[in-house]
Amino acid sequence: MNFLAGSEPEPHFDQLYRELILDHYRLPRNNRVLEPADADLTQFNPVCGDEVRLTARIRDGAIEDIAFVGQGCSISQSSASMMTEAIRGRSLEDASTLASYFRAMILGEDVDEAAMGDLMSLQGTSRYPTRVKCAILAWDTLQKALGGTSGREDVGSSDPDSGG
Amino acid sequence: MPDQSQQLNVEAIRGDFPILSRVINGNPLVYLDSTATSQKPKQVIDTLADFYRTSNANVHRGIYTLSEESTAAYEGARDKTTEFINASSSSEIIFTRNTTESLNLLAFAWGRANLNEGDEVLVTLMEHHSNIVPWHMICAERGAILRFIPVTDDGLLDLTDIETLITERTKVVSFTHVSNVLGTVNPVRELVDRAHAVGAIAIVDGAQGAPHVAVDMREMDADFYVFSSHKMLGPTGVGVLYGKRALLDEMPPFLGGGEMIMEVREDGFTWKDPPWKFEAGTPNFADVVAFGAAIDYLTELGMDKIRQHEIEITDYALRQMRSLGEGVTLHGPPNAEDRGGVVSFAIETIHPHDIAQTLDWEGVQIRAGHHCAQPLMRRLNVPATARASFYVYNTNEDVDRLIDALKKAGELFGRQ
Repeated sequence: MNFLAGSEPEPHFDQLYRELILDHYRLPRNNRVLEPADADLTQFNPVCGDEVRLTARIRDGAIEDIAFVGQGCSISQSSASMMTEAIRGRSLEDASTLASYFRAMILGEDVDEAAMGDLMSLQGTSRYPTRVKCAILAWDTLQKALGGTSGREDVGSSDPDSGG
Repeated sequence: MPDQSQQLNVEAIRGDFPILSRVINGNPLVYLDSTATSQKPKQVIDTLADFYRTSNANVHRGIYTLSEESTAAYEGARDKTTEFINASSSSEIIFTRNTTESLNLLAFAWGRANLNEGDEVLVTLMEHHSNIVPWHMICAERGAILRFIPVTDDGLLDLTDIETLITERTKVVSFTHVSNVLGTVNPVRELVDRAHAVGAIAIVDGAQGAPHVAVDMREMDADFYVFSSHKMLGPTGVGVLYGKRALLDEMPPFLGGGEMIMEVREDGFTWKDPPWKFEAGTPNFADVVAFGAAIDYLTELGMDKIRQHEIEITDYALRQMRSLGEGVTLHGPPNAEDRGGVVSFAIETIHPHDIAQTLDWEGVQIRAGHHCAQPLMRRLNVPATARASFYVYNTNEDVDRLIDALKKAGELFGRQ
């Protein structure tokens, strides 16, 4: 058999790994570094080493262009990819609002599905507490980047990956 | 009467571990994370519960029956530990909270008294953070320098330039017995001898050693050997620091308080002899007593048989993983004889977290992450690995379940 060949979907699998997530994971959108950029921030999830670097160009209070590079699990990378699509061209205020909606959704709250669009595909993550940080990493980076932070830092300080 | 056969009776062993009857996400539990912590047999669980039910009282205190019983049980576990690792005397066995605390005790008590500007501490690139961070801390405090023995592509220590790494400036050589990521069994005696040849002390992190292979302190000749109860069928919250008596006598105390003192005056204090010198405050005596039961259990099984079982199951796992074909990378030494019961791996196109997540739905519990070994992750050029590890209660059927679950993950992530 071919180890990496396809098979029929599974209910468990499909709740978390929606087809749209896998699609963004395999073919990440806006997957590059913008140079020059008005905002440039890299953040890590120290638990698993997920990494997202965001670069953005800001014009007249709006996100003219945004791109990401990074490495990590399907949730963290697809989330970053979808985020760049969702916020390009939006005002900083809109982007910030969407970020708070996204955070609310991942923490299990009801949100306006129409406003979320494709981002709804990540809602399943809310049932997996260990994956919440994966989904939020890109949005966290965005909020910090637009808040003026730049450089590299870790998201959160706790590290459950102990016990070696 | 001890079992005279050459193989572990794994079926009987499994009957001793209540947790193995659990169902996880609709599937029977396959526990493959003993490197992080082992499961506990009923003999250990019962000893802990019985101690609290029948013998609980603080140790080394009262002149009354319960306290005497409790003290005898606590010191009895120290004697069992002494015998288990063939130390010269029970005064060489100090109980701590875990391996990490044992290493911190050494870095701060020994390091503060002995490290000076320009001295070097040598560790390896395959260390757990617990054998790196305390040395970073004490080196910064003392102006000493932390250096690393590199690792080969095959996951072995690269000793090519060892003579330029272990020099007259080296004061400490601290290294892992068995890698928690690669499974690599290191050449302990060779490194101990090289450390001693330049007058350095040798510290061995036995967190993945003592639970899996027979260790003999008099034969190994390490100055310090540290390990944890919870990785060897015992309770959490108990670590062991073995140290040669002469070094324990020279080393200043670390934590101060009750239990460790001889006399306290307004102008100072004197302390007890080892091991109590290093056991300030009420020790975790109940868990130590249960740790004694874990040592009894392992001794009854036989450490040589345990080692043989782990080689066999690891060999089977390595062969089955290789049979999955392209797209699977195995980290660490290729031969099971050169490694402990640990298999770290990567699957092309599936991140370790996604592997662990999909395996969990099949009841298969593996670890994904950096395994508290970020310098090694950078050396392997991976952000994380997936890791399956084996112990006395694991079977080839567990490996089959792992492989089936990996095939399923491959199919699900592979579909277009």
